[in-house]
Amino acid sequence: MTIPPVALPLPNMSNFPDHTAGFILQGIPHAAALKLMIIDVKPGEAICKVPYAEHLIGNPDTRVIHGGVITALLDNACGTAVGSKTALQGQIATLDLRIDYMKVATPDEDIFAFAECYKVTKNIAFVRGVAYHTDRNDPIATCVASFMLGTAKSTRGEAR
Amino acid sequence: MELIKRALAEGRKPDLQALVDAIPYCRFLGIDIDRKGTELTTILRFDQKLIGNPILPALHGGVVGAFLEVTAVIQLMLEIESEDLPKPVDISIDYLRSGKPVDTYARAIITKHGRRVCNVRAEAWQDEHTRPIAALHGHFLIKPKDQAQT
Repeated sequence: MTIPPVALPLPNMSNFPDHTAGFILQGIPHAAALKLMIIDVKPGEAICKVPYAEHLIGNPDTRVIHGGVITALLDNACGTAVGSKTALQGQIATLDLRIDYMKVATPDEDIFAFAECYKVTKNIAFVRGVAYHTDRNDPIATCVASFMLGTAKSTRGEAR
Repeated sequence: MELIKRALAEGRKPDLQALVDAIPYCRFLGIDIDRKGTELTTILRFDQKLIGNPILPALHGGVVGAFLEVTAVIQLMLEIESEDLPKPVDISIDYLRSGKPVDTYARAIITKHGRRVCNVRAEAWQDEHTRPIAALHGHFLIKPKDQAQT
């Protein structure tokens, strides 16, 4: 469902030395709508960011960002990590994604996600990720996900 | 939320469409409610900004997940008496088919209604109800009306 957004070869991340830089994934409409940025990519690892925005609020009383934003961020970060490890951009699909919400996100603060693809088999890639504000050890949410590899060829006819 | 409190104070269920419209992120996604009595279907209106794979094209996995989470929360708001929105503890999403660039529908059922935690299942489909594109099951923390802090 999510395609790894980074076209290989990997971008030269030395242009983005800290968490304030990065680039928005214009090629993915939903990522662009969230202003989702790729902060860093290494083979099998990715760091993404969604800046805090009023239209992403899930509870108008507390102004806390909606859990769905974290879902999208983690899904995208995991997909990017898989893409950077397998060089199968555009040919992977999320099979399942489990998210545990550890704490409420702080209003007005940007949310980062780190994802790590720790195992790739012939058909499947396994990923874990964490969403946080400043410290990976103080997570807002953690996730595990698995991705199907090589899905581009499986679009033959209508896959039922 | 103010809107829920007012409704409960007046002894009625909150208007779920108004509730969804009061949540900026739901407006951003474009979620509508179709309620017929206790039967509730959420509708995710297709928009180009929901696309995650422009080549297929397919909906973003995060969008489908978020939509199912909203569906679960709305179903909880229909069935429980709570002044606050339920908080997700964990959710698990199975992606079954790629989401086509059309409207998506979803329904949720509460499988276990505990005092503090509810188990919810939700399913999203497009053309045929029998061919779901994604399924969610999750746990949500609820605050019963008499225990609300504010």
